[in-house]
Amino acid sequence: MTSITGLLDRRRTIPQKYIPVLVTAGLFVAMFVTGGIRYENFATGQIILNVFIDNAFLLVVAVGMTFVILTGGIDLSVGSVVALATMLSASLLKDGWPAYAVMVLVLVIGGVLGLAMGAIIHYFEIQPFIVTLAGMFLARGLCYTISTESIPIDNPTFTDIAQTRVNLGGDLSVSPSAVIAVVVVVIAAYVLHYTRLGRNVYATGGSEQSALLMGLPVARTKIAVYTISGFCSALGGLLFAFYSLSGYGLSAVGMELDAIAAVVIGGTLLTGGSGFLIGTVLGVLVLGLIQTIISFEGTLSSWWTRIFIGMLLFVFILLQRVFSGGSRRRTP
Amino acid sequence: MRGIACLRHDRAGGALPTVSGRHGNTGEGHRMAAPAPILRMSGIGKQFPGVKALDRVDFRLLPGEVHALMGENGAGKSTLIKVLTGVHDIDAGEIELEGRRVAFSSPLAAQQAGISTVYQEVNLCANLSVAENIFIGREPRRFGRIQWKTMRRRAVEILSRLDLDLDVSAPLASYSLAIQQMVAIARAVDIDAKVLILDEPTSSLDADEVAQLFRVMRRLKEQGIAILFVSHFLDQIYEISDRMTILRNGALVGEYRTSELSQVELVGKMIGRELADLEKLEARPSALEAAPLVEAEQLGRSGAIEPFTLTIHEGEVVGLAGLLGSGRTEIARLLFGADHAGTGSLKIGGEQVNLRTPRSAVSRNLAFCSENRRAEGLIPDLTVRENIILALQAVRGWTRPIPRRKQDELVDKYITALNIRPANPEQLVRNLSGGNQQKVLLARWLILEPRLLILDEPTRGIDVGAKAEIQRLVAELSDGGMAVLFISAELEEVLRLSHKVGVLRDRRLVAELDNDEGLTTDALTETIASGARS
Repeated sequence: MTSITGLLDRRRTIPQKYIPVLVTAGLFVAMFVTGGIRYENFATGQIILNVFIDNAFLLVVAVGMTFVILTGGIDLSVGSVVALATMLSASLLKDGWPAYAVMVLVLVIGGVLGLAMGAIIHYFEIQPFIVTLAGMFLARGLCYTISTESIPIDNPTFTDIAQTRVNLGGDLSVSPSAVIAVVVVVIAAYVLHYTRLGRNVYATGGSEQSALLMGLPVARTKIAVYTISGFCSALGGLLFAFYSLSGYGLSAVGMELDAIAAVVIGGTLLTGGSGFLIGTVLGVLVLGLIQTIISFEGTLSSWWTRIFIGMLLFVFILLQRVFSGGSRRRTP
Repeated sequence: MRGIACLRHDRAGGALPTVSGRHGNTGEGHRMAAPAPILRMSGIGKQFPGVKALDRVDFRLLPGEVHALMGENGAGKSTLIKVLTGVHDIDAGEIELEGRRVAFSSPLAAQQAGISTVYQEVNLCANLSVAENIFIGREPRRFGRIQWKTMRRRAVEILSRLDLDLDVSAPLASYSLAIQQMVAIARAVDIDAKVLILDEPTSSLDADEVAQLFRVMRRLKEQGIAILFVSHFLDQIYEISDRMTILRNGALVGEYRTSELSQVELVGKMIGRELADLEKLEARPSALEAAPLVEAEQLGRSGAIEPFTLTIHEGEVVGLAGLLGSGRTEIARLLFGADHAGTGSLKIGGEQVNLRTPRSAVSRNLAFCSENRRAEGLIPDLTVRENIILALQAVRGWTRPIPRRKQDELVDKYITALNIRPANPEQLVRNLSGGNQQKVLLARWLILEPRLLILDEPTRGIDVGAKAEIQRLVAELSDGGMAVLFISAELEEVLRLSHKVGVLRDRRLVAELDNDEGLTTDALTETIASGARS
């Protein structure tokens, strides 16, 4: 009996922590409906799946970024690591390395880069902003030591993956990259919600000092999130390589900012400790849907995407401010 | 004097009472036939740059006792606790837990060994749920997967043992500080604690909440947990503690049974001198009929304070009494221009003014020591000198730097006058104790030689000795002609210092009482409670 009334109680008021995610979800639905009314052939399942396909790499990168931001940190190196991953893959494949060995190596390098940055951030107590900025320059620079030109990928494994479509029944299909991205999201959501590592991420973001005094392994957690972010960036780079079938040092410039934007629009607090992975997914979908709508519009230049993202970011940051400020005023 | 200092033990440790029932021995009869200490610290030394925080301190805890650790701010209580819980390592001495020598490298290590700490500031993660805050780091898991249902159920069980009924899946931030504190204790206790350290747990609790905390403490005591308790409230110490250890200036004064040491003796031992200094102030000269300095006429701000009329004369100390949130600070902020008045008028020195910013108040020789000295006053990473000189420099403008020699001269003068310890102007303020930080803040404003000094809770959270010094200082300043607006939650203090007391209730100035012979704390309490004196 009590559990039923408890359930009813809970349903009546939506906990505050879910509100930002619900707002983003509402925004996504509103955009989809508006698009469906304005354009023919818009309101189909495939449109959403295409958003997944076109943004699979961004989604994976944003998942890693979510971990970092939940601890209150930031990772500016992700875009460069994506580029480095495409370059490494392309050049190693050109040298005749087996495809799967290349993938493993690239993932390991991404993880190690993140691990190194995390260790520097934690043990030398340096701002994540600076350390990952250095990492960003380093990874981007490494791209050019491999080649200043774009390297095409013609490895059969990679081209196969690029061309394969997984049929979902009906006319719907997705790329293997989108499937990988969704799997990554599911694993990450599980880790965040059901494992100690995940809860330590939230605790560290809530108050690092308290987490330390509660005896939580803050050092390990902080290093782990940057390692995860590095790994996710490398994986995002592989997906980008599948998508573009080339490696190029100038690819994914500014992707770190897209990833941060997606996480923030998804309702995760930049100060850490609050947010959900599903919000990040919605954030990526919103960004992707903006691009789709602009391409449907036809007359607008693609730079309008940036303008809309900019405005959305403003709105969401204000929204966060209202929520966190509101709760502060109640407990003076 | 019989019966005092009976439990003071020598450093060799040989004179510790043992389990054997040598109870009736003459001359030692008042010694407890105590069980072996669960924790023994001996010869502990700890040095910080420029400060000797602990000097050969001995300390022991018996199972099933509440042991109060007493001392002024800066006596070494916090350092001793931090050393014990592995936040700092020790320079000398050793720690034994249940007879085994231990050395903790981190709070986690101490926790795992059974020493849990609940700090003054609630060190939990307010963004996580209540249940999680109790269990994080030790969540019930199956195959690595956190069992949320089990966790919530066990959280409810643990809390019900402490008489708490909370929604354990609600975020901790949705509960009051007092509840958060209880949750912190629940967490500490659940970690199979043998030793529970409560560092000033009551400083933000009201009377009911304190009673609830004490119930919990007694229950834990029955279970054989040794509780180390730190509090500035002597009444609470006497209500709950069995024994106490007193520290002064980083050294051990002695270990006593609470029942055998009177409050006056305790305070004497803490501050190392007799209480006479404290009492001397009682006789305040009656209010002098000087020129009015500040005249507030129906001054008010909607939502903050109802319109009030208040006059402060030169050389007068006006006390403001009332509960937290009754509008005391709001009055101060209006007079200082930190908030803008919505109604009424304000005259300073007979001249009509419209204070829009604190800056304009400062230029009219008003000074305001905020109650929130850490957040709104001091800059912890600057030195004592830099902090003191800050306001004077701001008034002069940054284009006219104060010569270093002049700075040193001024700062030295105030360090001496206010007895700031350590008397080192280049010490970082963060390394000072609360009382000394308060004095630094005071010095900053005194250097401006204000005509009106607004003190908002200047003695909160500081120890008896520093409190007496600040009170004496206020009295001296007012004798010298400075007007003081004195805000404090401690009615005795308000009564001791003020010529006139304004009583606030529900954001309204309900009474203005002359502090004559007839005014007592009881009368004040009654006025606060009933609203107005008819």
